[in-house]
Amino acid sequence: MASLKEWWHRLGSPRTFYAIAQRAGPWFTGLGVAAIVVALTWGLAFAPPDYQQGNSFRIMYLHVPTAILAQSVYMMLGAAGLVLLVWRMKLADMVIVAAAPFGMSMTALALVTGAIWGKPTWGAWWVWDARTTSMLVQLFLYFGLIALRQAIPREETAGRACAILAVVGTVNIPIIKYSVDWWLTLHQPSTFTLTAAPSMPPEMYLPLLVSVLGFYALFAGLVFARTSNVILDRERSTAWVRALVREQTS
Amino acid sequence: MNPIRRNRLIAVLFLLAGVGVTTALVLTALNENINLFYPPDAIVAGEAPVGARIRAGGMVKEGSVEHADDRLAVRFVISDLAGADVPVVYEGMLPDLFREGQGVLCTGRLGADGVFVAEEVLAKHDENYMPPELGAMHKKPA
Repeated sequence: MASLKEWWHRLGSPRTFYAIAQRAGPWFTGLGVAAIVVALTWGLAFAPPDYQQGNSFRIMYLHVPTAILAQSVYMMLGAAGLVLLVWRMKLADMVIVAAAPFGMSMTALALVTGAIWGKPTWGAWWVWDARTTSMLVQLFLYFGLIALRQAIPREETAGRACAILAVVGTVNIPIIKYSVDWWLTLHQPSTFTLTAAPSMPPEMYLPLLVSVLGFYALFAGLVFARTSNVILDRERSTAWVRALVREQTS
Repeated sequence: MNPIRRNRLIAVLFLLAGVGVTTALVLTALNENINLFYPPDAIVAGEAPVGARIRAGGMVKEGSVEHADDRLAVRFVISDLAGADVPVVYEGMLPDLFREGQGVLCTGRLGADGVFVAEEVLAKHDENYMPPELGAMHKKPA
Protein backbone atom coordinates (compact mmCIF):
# COMPACT_ATOMS: atom_id res chain seq x y z
CA MET A 1 0.00 0.00 0.00
CA ALA A 2 2.88 2.33 0.84
CA SER A 3 4.45 1.75 -2.56
CA LEU A 4 1.17 2.44 -4.36
CA LYS A 5 0.84 5.69 -2.44
CA GLU A 6 4.41 6.60 -3.27
CA TRP A 7 3.82 5.84 -6.95
CA TRP A 8 0.68 8.02 -6.89
CA HIS A 9 2.60 10.94 -5.41
CA ARG A 10 5.49 10.49 -7.81
CA LEU A 11 3.15 10.40 -10.80
CA GLY A 12 1.54 13.58 -9.56
CA SER A 13 4.84 15.41 -9.78
CA PRO A 14 4.96 17.35 -13.07
CA ARG A 15 8.66 16.59 -13.45
CA THR A 16 8.17 12.79 -13.31
CA PHE A 17 5.13 13.00 -15.55
CA TYR A 18 7.07 15.12 -18.03
CA ALA A 19 9.81 12.47 -18.24
CA ILE A 20 7.26 9.67 -18.76
CA ALA A 21 5.32 11.73 -21.32
CA GLN A 22 8.45 12.55 -23.30
CA ARG A 23 9.37 8.90 -23.54
CA ALA A 24 5.92 7.33 -24.08
CA GLY A 25 4.11 10.10 -26.00
CA PRO A 26 5.66 9.66 -29.47
CA TRP A 27 5.10 5.90 -29.34
CA PHE A 28 1.41 6.30 -28.64
CA THR A 29 1.02 8.98 -31.32
CA GLY A 30 2.88 6.88 -33.91
CA LEU A 31 0.96 3.74 -33.05
CA GLY A 32 -2.33 5.61 -33.11
CA VAL A 33 -1.76 7.23 -36.50
CA ALA A 34 -0.59 3.90 -37.98
CA ALA A 35 -3.62 2.04 -36.60
CA ILE A 36 -6.04 4.69 -37.85
CA VAL A 37 -4.49 4.64 -41.36
CA VAL A 38 -4.68 0.82 -41.46
CA ALA A 39 -8.24 0.75 -40.09
CA LEU A 40 -9.58 3.42 -42.44
CA THR A 41 -7.97 1.84 -45.50
CA TRP A 42 -9.31 -1.55 -44.45
CA GLY A 43 -12.75 -0.28 -43.56
CA LEU A 44 -13.23 2.12 -46.47
CA ALA A 45 -11.75 -0.02 -49.25
CA PHE A 46 -11.75 -3.69 -48.25
CA ALA A 47 -14.59 -4.40 -45.80
CA PRO A 48 -17.75 -5.66 -47.54
CA PRO A 49 -20.65 -3.24 -48.09
CA ASP A 50 -23.72 -3.55 -45.91
CA TYR A 51 -26.73 -5.48 -47.26
CA GLN A 52 -29.09 -2.55 -46.57
CA GLN A 53 -26.99 0.60 -46.48
CA GLY A 54 -24.42 -0.29 -49.14
CA ASN A 55 -21.29 1.81 -48.87
CA SER A 56 -22.67 4.58 -46.72
CA PHE A 57 -22.28 2.47 -43.57
CA ARG A 58 -18.49 2.83 -43.96
CA ILE A 59 -18.54 6.21 -42.27
CA MET A 60 -18.94 4.27 -39.03
CA TYR A 61 -15.19 3.63 -39.10
CA LEU A 62 -14.85 7.32 -38.27
CA HIS A 63 -18.17 7.96 -36.54
CA VAL A 64 -18.01 5.21 -33.91
CA PRO A 65 -14.43 5.84 -32.65
CA THR A 66 -14.94 9.61 -32.44
CA ALA A 67 -18.21 9.14 -30.56
CA ILE A 68 -16.58 6.68 -28.14
CA LEU A 69 -13.62 9.01 -27.59
CA ALA A 70 -15.92 12.00 -27.04
CA GLN A 71 -17.34 10.17 -24.03
CA SER A 72 -14.14 8.50 -22.80
CA VAL A 73 -12.26 11.80 -22.82
CA TYR A 74 -15.00 13.40 -20.77
CA MET A 75 -14.91 10.52 -18.27
CA MET A 76 -11.19 11.12 -17.94
CA LEU A 77 -11.77 14.84 -17.41
CA GLY A 78 -14.28 13.97 -14.70
CA ALA A 79 -11.78 11.65 -13.00
CA ALA A 80 -9.06 14.31 -13.25
CA GLY A 81 -11.51 16.85 -11.81
CA LEU A 82 -12.17 14.55 -8.86
CA VAL A 83 -8.41 14.15 -8.27
CA LEU A 84 -7.94 17.91 -8.42
CA LEU A 85 -10.78 18.65 -6.02
CA VAL A 86 -9.89 15.97 -3.46
CA TRP A 87 -6.09 15.71 -3.68
CA ARG A 88 -5.35 19.20 -5.09
CA MET A 89 -2.95 17.64 -7.55
CA LYS A 90 -1.75 20.34 -9.97
CA LEU A 91 -1.09 17.77 -12.67
CA ALA A 92 -4.80 16.86 -12.85
CA ASP A 93 -5.59 20.46 -13.79
CA MET A 94 -2.90 20.41 -16.47
CA VAL A 95 -4.33 17.21 -17.94
CA ILE A 96 -7.82 18.77 -18.08
CA VAL A 97 -6.42 21.78 -19.95
CA ALA A 98 -4.51 19.48 -22.32
CA ALA A 99 -7.29 16.97 -23.04
CA ALA A 100 -10.43 19.15 -23.30
CA PRO A 101 -9.81 20.44 -26.86
CA PHE A 102 -9.24 16.88 -28.09
CA GLY A 103 -12.52 15.75 -26.57
CA MET A 104 -14.30 18.72 -28.08
CA SER A 105 -12.89 17.89 -31.53
CA MET A 106 -14.00 14.27 -31.20
CA THR A 107 -17.52 15.32 -30.20
CA ALA A 108 -17.75 17.73 -33.14
CA LEU A 109 -16.43 15.06 -35.52
CA ALA A 110 -18.93 12.50 -34.21
CA LEU A 111 -21.78 14.97 -34.80
CA VAL A 112 -20.57 15.90 -38.29
CA THR A 113 -19.97 12.30 -39.41
CA GLY A 114 -23.34 11.37 -37.90
CA ALA A 115 -25.03 14.07 -39.99
CA ILE A 116 -23.23 12.89 -43.13
CA TRP A 117 -24.35 9.33 -42.34
CA GLY A 118 -27.87 10.45 -41.52
CA LYS A 119 -28.55 12.17 -44.83
CA PRO A 120 -28.28 9.08 -47.08
CA THR A 121 -29.67 6.54 -44.60
CA TRP A 122 -32.35 8.33 -42.59
CA GLY A 123 -33.04 11.03 -45.17
CA ALA A 124 -32.21 13.90 -42.78
CA TRP A 125 -29.01 15.61 -41.64
CA TRP A 126 -30.29 16.15 -38.15
CA VAL A 127 -33.13 14.89 -35.98
CA TRP A 128 -33.76 16.06 -32.43
CA ASP A 129 -33.84 12.62 -30.87
CA ALA A 130 -32.41 11.75 -27.45
CA ARG A 131 -29.08 10.45 -28.76
CA THR A 132 -28.22 13.34 -31.06
CA THR A 133 -29.45 15.95 -28.58
CA SER A 134 -27.50 14.51 -25.63
CA MET A 135 -24.41 14.42 -27.85
CA LEU A 136 -24.96 18.09 -28.71
CA VAL A 137 -25.19 18.82 -24.97
CA GLN A 138 -21.84 17.05 -24.65
CA LEU A 139 -20.32 19.41 -27.22
CA PHE A 140 -21.63 22.39 -25.25
CA LEU A 141 -20.13 20.93 -22.05
CA TYR A 142 -16.74 20.91 -23.76
CA PHE A 143 -17.29 24.50 -24.99
CA GLY A 144 -18.26 25.50 -21.46
CA LEU A 145 -15.24 23.84 -19.93
CA ILE A 146 -12.81 25.57 -22.29
CA ALA A 147 -14.56 28.93 -22.04
CA LEU A 148 -14.79 28.78 -18.24
CA ARG A 149 -11.07 28.08 -18.06
CA GLN A 150 -10.30 31.18 -20.09
CA ALA A 151 -12.85 33.39 -18.36
CA ILE A 152 -11.27 33.14 -14.91
CA PRO A 153 -7.88 34.84 -14.74
CA ARG A 154 -6.65 33.23 -11.51
CA GLU A 155 -5.15 29.85 -12.33
CA GLU A 156 -6.19 28.04 -9.16
CA THR A 157 -9.79 29.30 -9.15
CA ALA A 158 -10.18 28.53 -12.85
CA GLY A 159 -8.83 25.02 -12.29
CA ARG A 160 -11.28 24.31 -9.49
CA ALA A 161 -14.26 25.72 -11.35
CA CYS A 162 -13.40 23.58 -14.37
CA ALA A 163 -12.93 20.52 -12.17
CA ILE A 164 -16.43 20.96 -10.72
CA LEU A 165 -17.91 21.35 -14.20
CA ALA A 166 -15.99 18.28 -15.39
CA VAL A 167 -17.25 16.15 -12.49
CA VAL A 168 -20.85 17.36 -12.76
CA GLY A 169 -20.84 16.97 -16.56
CA THR A 170 -20.20 13.23 -16.31
CA VAL A 171 -23.93 12.92 -15.51
CA ASN A 172 -24.51 13.32 -19.27
CA ILE A 173 -22.42 10.24 -20.13
CA PRO A 174 -24.94 7.56 -19.06
CA ILE A 175 -27.67 9.65 -20.72
CA ILE A 176 -25.82 9.49 -24.06
CA LYS A 177 -25.04 5.82 -23.61
CA TYR A 178 -28.55 4.68 -22.69
CA SER A 179 -30.56 7.29 -24.64
CA VAL A 180 -31.28 4.73 -27.37
CA ASP A 181 -32.63 2.24 -24.80
CA TRP A 182 -34.55 4.58 -22.49
CA TRP A 183 -36.39 6.54 -25.17
CA LEU A 184 -37.70 6.06 -28.68
CA THR A 185 -35.05 7.48 -30.99
CA LEU A 186 -34.25 7.46 -34.69
CA HIS A 187 -30.67 6.50 -33.87
CA GLN A 188 -30.31 2.72 -33.78
CA PRO A 189 -29.34 0.93 -30.53
CA SER A 190 -25.79 -0.32 -29.93
CA THR A 191 -24.41 -3.05 -32.19
CA PHE A 192 -21.86 -3.98 -29.55
CA THR A 193 -22.88 -4.94 -26.03
CA LEU A 194 -21.08 -6.78 -23.26
CA THR A 195 -23.79 -9.41 -23.03
CA ALA A 196 -24.40 -10.52 -26.63
CA ALA A 197 -22.38 -11.32 -29.72
CA PRO A 198 -22.03 -8.30 -32.03
CA SER A 199 -24.67 -8.20 -34.76
CA MET A 200 -21.96 -7.62 -37.35
CA PRO A 201 -19.52 -10.10 -38.90
CA PRO A 202 -15.76 -9.98 -38.07
CA GLU A 203 -14.75 -8.68 -41.50
CA MET A 204 -16.78 -5.57 -40.65
CA TYR A 205 -16.02 -5.15 -36.96
CA LEU A 206 -12.27 -5.89 -36.97
CA PRO A 207 -11.37 -2.67 -38.84
CA LEU A 208 -13.71 -0.84 -36.47
CA LEU A 209 -11.91 -2.32 -33.46
CA VAL A 210 -8.51 -1.29 -34.87
CA SER A 211 -9.86 2.19 -35.55
CA VAL A 212 -11.16 2.57 -31.97
CA LEU A 213 -7.84 1.37 -30.50
CA GLY A 214 -5.98 3.72 -32.86
CA PHE A 215 -8.01 6.72 -31.70
CA TYR A 216 -7.36 5.80 -28.05
CA ALA A 217 -3.61 5.56 -28.74
CA LEU A 218 -3.64 8.87 -30.63
CA PHE A 219 -5.48 10.45 -27.71
CA ALA A 220 -2.90 9.14 -25.22
CA GLY A 221 -0.03 10.39 -27.40
CA LEU A 222 -1.55 13.85 -27.90
CA VAL A 223 -2.44 14.24 -24.22
CA PHE A 224 1.14 13.35 -23.25
CA ALA A 225 2.47 15.91 -25.74
CA ARG A 226 0.02 18.67 -24.81
CA THR A 227 0.40 18.09 -21.07
CA SER A 228 4.19 18.31 -21.51
CA ASN A 229 3.74 21.76 -23.03
CA VAL A 230 1.44 22.89 -20.23
CA ILE A 231 3.96 21.59 -17.65
CA LEU A 232 6.83 23.52 -19.25
CA ASP A 233 4.71 26.67 -19.36
CA ARG A 234 3.44 26.51 -15.80
CA GLU A 235 6.69 25.30 -14.24
CA ARG A 236 8.90 27.64 -16.23
CA SER A 237 10.29 29.31 -13.12
CA THR A 238 11.37 26.05 -11.46
CA ALA A 239 14.99 24.96 -11.42
CA TRP A 240 14.43 21.76 -13.41
CA VAL A 241 12.67 23.46 -16.31
CA ARG A 242 15.35 26.19 -16.42
CA ALA A 243 18.05 23.50 -16.45
CA LEU A 244 16.18 21.62 -19.20
CA VAL A 245 15.87 24.75 -21.34
CA ARG A 246 19.57 25.56 -20.84
CA GLU A 247 20.48 22.02 -21.79
CA GLN A 248 18.38 22.04 -24.96
CA THR A 249 19.33 25.50 -26.18
CA SER A 250 23.07 25.31 -25.54
CA MET B 1 -6.95 8.98 3.53
CA ASN B 2 -6.63 12.01 5.74
CA PRO B 3 -9.83 13.56 7.10
CA ILE B 4 -9.61 16.74 5.01
CA ARG B 5 -9.39 14.78 1.78
CA ARG B 6 -12.11 12.42 2.90
CA ASN B 7 -14.42 15.36 3.56
CA ARG B 8 -13.65 16.85 0.16
CA LEU B 9 -14.32 13.49 -1.47
CA ILE B 10 -17.65 13.19 0.33
CA ALA B 11 -18.56 16.75 -0.71
CA VAL B 12 -17.77 16.04 -4.37
CA LEU B 13 -19.68 12.76 -4.32
CA PHE B 14 -22.69 14.51 -2.74
CA LEU B 15 -22.55 17.15 -5.45
CA LEU B 16 -22.42 14.47 -8.14
CA ALA B 17 -25.24 12.46 -6.54
CA GLY B 18 -27.36 15.62 -6.20
CA VAL B 19 -26.92 16.62 -9.81
CA GLY B 20 -27.47 13.01 -10.89
CA VAL B 21 -30.74 12.66 -8.97
CA THR B 22 -31.98 16.05 -10.19
CA THR B 23 -31.25 15.14 -13.80
CA ALA B 24 -32.89 11.74 -13.39
CA LEU B 25 -36.05 13.34 -11.95
CA VAL B 26 -36.23 15.95 -14.71
CA LEU B 27 -35.75 13.32 -17.42
CA THR B 28 -38.36 11.06 -15.85
CA ALA B 29 -40.82 13.95 -15.71
CA LEU B 30 -40.12 14.83 -19.35
CA ASN B 31 -40.11 11.19 -20.44
CA GLU B 32 -43.06 11.56 -22.82
CA ASN B 33 -41.56 14.60 -24.52
CA ILE B 34 -38.14 13.05 -25.02
CA ASN B 35 -39.51 10.17 -27.07
CA LEU B 36 -39.02 11.18 -30.66
CA PHE B 37 -42.15 9.51 -32.01
CA TYR B 38 -45.38 7.72 -31.14
CA PRO B 39 -45.22 3.96 -31.67
CA PRO B 40 -48.20 2.34 -33.45
CA ASP B 41 -49.76 0.94 -30.27
CA ALA B 42 -49.88 4.41 -28.66
CA ILE B 43 -51.62 5.80 -31.77
CA VAL B 44 -54.14 2.93 -31.87
CA ALA B 45 -54.80 3.42 -28.15
CA GLY B 46 -55.62 7.09 -28.82
CA GLU B 47 -52.67 8.53 -26.91
CA ALA B 48 -51.50 10.61 -29.86
CA PRO B 49 -53.27 13.98 -30.42
CA VAL B 50 -55.45 14.16 -33.53
CA GLY B 51 -54.67 17.01 -35.95
CA ALA B 52 -51.43 18.12 -34.26
CA ARG B 53 -48.07 17.81 -35.99
CA ILE B 54 -46.53 14.65 -34.54
CA ARG B 55 -44.15 11.89 -35.51
CA ALA B 56 -45.16 8.27 -35.86
CA GLY B 57 -42.65 5.46 -36.07
CA GLY B 58 -42.88 1.76 -36.77
CA MET B 59 -42.08 -1.00 -39.21
CA VAL B 60 -43.47 -0.85 -42.74
CA LYS B 61 -45.81 -3.82 -42.86
CA GLU B 62 -44.92 -6.47 -45.45
CA GLY B 63 -47.18 -6.25 -48.48
CA SER B 64 -48.82 -2.99 -47.42
CA VAL B 65 -47.03 -0.53 -49.76
CA GLU B 66 -49.20 0.72 -52.64
CA HIS B 67 -47.75 3.24 -55.09
CA ALA B 68 -50.01 5.40 -57.23
CA ASP B 69 -49.52 4.87 -60.97
CA ASP B 70 -49.15 8.48 -62.06
CA ARG B 71 -47.98 10.36 -58.95
CA LEU B 72 -45.50 10.04 -56.09
CA ALA B 73 -48.37 9.23 -53.74
CA VAL B 74 -47.94 6.13 -51.65
CA ARG B 75 -49.93 4.39 -48.93
CA PHE B 76 -48.52 1.95 -46.46
CA VAL B 77 -49.14 0.62 -42.97
CA ILE B 78 -46.77 1.07 -40.08
CA SER B 79 -46.92 -1.67 -37.52
CA ASP B 80 -45.26 -2.68 -34.25
CA LEU B 81 -45.47 -6.31 -35.51
CA ALA B 82 -47.58 -7.05 -32.43
CA GLY B 83 -51.02 -6.23 -33.77
CA ALA B 84 -51.11 -2.43 -33.76
CA ASP B 85 -51.29 -1.03 -37.30
CA VAL B 86 -51.55 2.58 -38.48
CA PRO B 87 -52.32 3.38 -42.15
CA VAL B 88 -50.17 6.18 -43.61
CA VAL B 89 -50.58 8.24 -46.76
CA TYR B 90 -47.69 10.25 -48.18
CA GLU B 91 -46.84 12.11 -51.32
CA GLY B 92 -43.18 12.80 -52.06
CA MET B 93 -39.76 11.25 -52.28
CA LEU B 94 -39.11 8.23 -50.10
CA PRO B 95 -35.63 7.66 -48.62
CA ASP B 96 -33.45 5.00 -50.27
CA LEU B 97 -33.73 2.70 -47.29
CA PHE B 98 -37.54 2.76 -47.35
CA ARG B 99 -38.72 -0.80 -47.89
CA GLU B 100 -41.16 -3.29 -46.45
CA GLY B 101 -40.05 -4.74 -43.15
CA GLN B 102 -37.81 -1.73 -42.37
CA GLY B 103 -38.39 0.91 -39.70
CA VAL B 104 -39.63 4.36 -40.72
CA LEU B 105 -40.32 7.65 -38.98
CA CYS B 106 -43.17 9.75 -40.40
CA THR B 107 -43.80 13.39 -39.56
CA GLY B 108 -47.33 14.60 -40.17
CA ARG B 109 -50.84 14.71 -38.75
CA LEU B 110 -53.15 12.01 -37.55
CA GLY B 111 -56.61 12.37 -39.05
CA ALA B 112 -59.86 11.75 -37.17
CA ASP B 113 -60.34 8.67 -39.37
CA GLY B 114 -57.14 7.16 -37.94
CA VAL B 115 -55.15 7.66 -41.15
CA PHE B 116 -51.79 9.35 -40.67
CA VAL B 117 -51.06 12.00 -43.32
CA ALA B 118 -47.28 12.22 -43.57
CA GLU B 119 -45.37 15.29 -44.76
CA GLU B 120 -41.95 13.70 -44.36
CA VAL B 121 -40.80 10.08 -44.19
CA LEU B 122 -37.39 9.14 -42.75
CA ALA B 123 -35.88 5.66 -42.74
CA LYS B 124 -34.75 4.11 -39.48
CA HIS B 125 -32.02 1.54 -39.90
CA ASP B 126 -31.26 -1.06 -37.28
CA GLU B 127 -28.05 -2.06 -35.52
CA ASN B 128 -27.48 -5.18 -37.67
CA TYR B 129 -24.86 -5.06 -40.37
CA MET B 130 -23.88 -7.79 -42.81
CA PRO B 131 -22.43 -8.27 -46.29
CA PRO B 132 -24.94 -8.46 -49.17
CA GLU B 133 -24.56 -12.26 -49.67
CA LEU B 134 -25.44 -12.92 -46.03
CA GLY B 135 -28.21 -10.34 -46.17
CA ALA B 136 -29.87 -12.22 -49.04
CA MET B 137 -29.76 -15.41 -46.98
CA HIS B 138 -31.30 -13.78 -43.90
CA LYS B 139 -34.19 -12.00 -45.51
CA LYS B 140 -35.38 -11.07 -42.06
CA PRO B 141 -32.48 -10.44 -39.66
CA ALA B 142 -33.32 -11.23 -36.06
